[in-house]
Amino acid sequence: MARYLLRRFAFLLVSLALASVVLFALLRLLPGDPANALTSVGASPEQIAAARHSIGSDRPLPEQFTHWIGQLASGDLGTSFVSSLPVGPEVSARLNVTVPLTLAAFVLAVLVAVPAGFVAAYKRRTWYGALLSGVSQLGIAVPVFWLGMILIWIFALNARWLPSGGFPPDGWADPAEAVRALVLPVVTIALVMSASLIRYVRSATLDVLGSDHLRTARALGSSFGRAMWRHGLRNAAVPVISILGIELASTLLGAVVVESVYALPGLGSMLANGISQHDYPVIQGVLFVSTLAVLLIGFVADLVQRIIDPRLRGRLSGGAR
Amino acid sequence: MSTKKNALFAATTVAALAVTLTACGGSGGTSASGGGTWNKDAIVNIGSLYEPQNLDNTAGGGQGVTEVLNGNVYEGLFRLTDDGKVDKLLADDYRTSADGLTYTFTLRDGVKFHSGKALTSEDVKYSLEKVLADDSQSARKSNLEVVKDIATPDARTVKVTLSQKSVSFVYNLSYVWIINAQAKNLKTSEDGTGPYTLNKWTRGSALSLNRFAGYWGDAAANKQVVFHYYKDATALNNALLTNAVDVVTSEQSPDALEQFKSNGSYKVNDGDSTTKLLLAFNDKAKPFTDVKVRQAVSAAIDDKKLLESVWGGYGKQIGSMVPPTDPWYEDLTSVNAYDVTKAKKLLAEAGYAKGFSFTLDTPNYDPHPTAATFIKSQLAKVGITVKINTITPDEWYTKVYKNHDFSATLQEHVNDRDLVWYGNPDFYWGYDNPQVTQWVKEAEEAPGTAAQTALLKKVNEQTAKDAASDWLYLYPQIVVASTKLSGYPVNGLNSQFFAYDIKKTG
Repeated sequence: MARYLLRRFAFLLVSLALASVVLFALLRLLPGDPANALTSVGASPEQIAAARHSIGSDRPLPEQFTHWIGQLASGDLGTSFVSSLPVGPEVSARLNVTVPLTLAAFVLAVLVAVPAGFVAAYKRRTWYGALLSGVSQLGIAVPVFWLGMILIWIFALNARWLPSGGFPPDGWADPAEAVRALVLPVVTIALVMSASLIRYVRSATLDVLGSDHLRTARALGSSFGRAMWRHGLRNAAVPVISILGIELASTLLGAVVVESVYALPGLGSMLANGISQHDYPVIQGVLFVSTLAVLLIGFVADLVQRIIDPRLRGRLSGGAR
Repeated sequence: MSTKKNALFAATTVAALAVTLTACGGSGGTSASGGGTWNKDAIVNIGSLYEPQNLDNTAGGGQGVTEVLNGNVYEGLFRLTDDGKVDKLLADDYRTSADGLTYTFTLRDGVKFHSGKALTSEDVKYSLEKVLADDSQSARKSNLEVVKDIATPDARTVKVTLSQKSVSFVYNLSYVWIINAQAKNLKTSEDGTGPYTLNKWTRGSALSLNRFAGYWGDAAANKQVVFHYYKDATALNNALLTNAVDVVTSEQSPDALEQFKSNGSYKVNDGDSTTKLLLAFNDKAKPFTDVKVRQAVSAAIDDKKLLESVWGGYGKQIGSMVPPTDPWYEDLTSVNAYDVTKAKKLLAEAGYAKGFSFTLDTPNYDPHPTAATFIKSQLAKVGITVKINTITPDEWYTKVYKNHDFSATLQEHVNDRDLVWYGNPDFYWGYDNPQVTQWVKEAEEAPGTAAQTALLKKVNEQTAKDAASDWLYLYPQIVVASTKLSGYPVNGLNSQFFAYDIKKTG
């Protein structure tokens, strides 16, 4: 296990290093000049040159890259071209919105989808089993911004129960206010996420229900509940967990739509802003942190799968091959 | 059992309190005219789509920085009022020398910066030099380059010598913030003399200003203003509907106006902006070198119908580059007005009886694509084929603005008093009329504003006759506010939004 962890850690570092090179190179390939965003229409060539010089975008690319990597190594995400503010503190301020939003939505989605998916599979021949499948199918097709607008219309504009958007400028200083601001966005993401999760849980459960070992356990006198608990759940969980990892990662990255519908100052809106202004340090900083998060999520999902299913241990460590 | 009782007790108490409070509110309301009393310590929540990039207007802060800080946190020697007049602000008085080249300003007494330091002539010198510095990104830099020398004979006097006469000098000074010469980190903090100090800026979310106790003039009519920033017009409107904000500085979504117009709790203000939507021809490229072709195109497009379809009943038709808040405004909508027959006749005279085709470079954001499609269908009726080429702002800047590589383009021009660009033959649209260039030059060197106005009226008329561009319409400036508010600016010239006179009831 220790060897496996070491390997995974090395893999993480290599992925991160590769990602940072690709990230840096791709941004420089995009058309557009960050100096344009800094200067007003009517700026003279001298003003534009001064702007380029002030942000260092007139220096050779390898130099810019090593500068960035050097900063990263010392835990510094650099300074925004546009605001001249350090990127790191802003990223962490915005993580205070995006992380609770994503995690809460994720937990809520799992709480809804696991039982619902199980029922949809086990009771697939009943009307409510079929209904669950149908609703989840429909849920996958619903665009998240549309769902957000509907929820705002019902719960904010008409019922006036919750705010229609925004986040307290003081952040979590008043936790109740912050939570209120996050309720609708969390529900929006959770609904969309659980729709696709239900499908996965359902098919994983169906696989298990039709499996030989469950039938064997039942034949040996185990009750259905007991057999499911001892053998079924574990087997169903393994594919579901890798899907959960992917869902969590994509929600973290995809929060930009929900953040814009609900005017939340999260990582997604920071990224969108950075892109529109060619603010390379901001884009690099956000994407780097997101990449790190996605790699970590993958790592944890992998680890959990191995803990649940002993058969995977030998396989994934690579030592047995 | 006991919890139930407690809950019941709590509910009764709250209900009783609510009744009492409502009664108090009611009696307070009747004592004031217009319903509700002015709360001097109210917090005014302002909704805006324009978050500053940073807090320095000489370092590319964008229009958001003007909206929140200009006049509120920073003040100039002069102020451009909401109806376009220039008033003295930190300048107590000024004299102009006989040759019109030297301006001597006397500073107002008793002005303090937020840091506590008293305002001196050194600060004014520093502030002007900051705008003129090599690394300055100020949009006004080029207008102020006539400044040759700044002297500070004493702490209250500033003497500015110009290299040539500039009648707009005082007006241009209304854009120069007077900053404490010792201030640091101006991108993230401030040290101005305005009625508010910066309280807190949460990036991506909000920026709040507090009333400054040491302000030299009348104290702000509210205790705090909070600018809440939105990326999306719908989210902003929802915030207004749920009372999360009290006023929206500039409504950009005409479809949303109906819900506010039909609701007695809101007032929809239709002000005059300075933003013009232009169909700019490349006057140096065929066929737009021919004045008849430009006139024909202008006459073939029904601007009124376009404005109606984009903005409903809002906005104005303009026949030139001049909005009503500029001193040299004249109604020129009848020059090259919509007339298809005339357009066809002009085209025939110019030798394009069968029409021609051209490419219209169209910025990819609203309202340009809509306007381009409209123009295409209008011009098709007189035989002109329009090829719409959608481009990003970046491409526009390089292709059209810098390289002049275009036939015609759509663009919005936001500033006031920008008619004078037609006096510059090297500007991107390439309009070159030596007479106009001469008038613009003379206007700037005019002995006074009356002479300046007279000359710029001539420029206005001539450029309109020449159809130098087709000025499609003037954007409306729509401020939607809760009826609890009064005293907010409605024209928002150059994105200014003076918040210090806003009174809130309740």
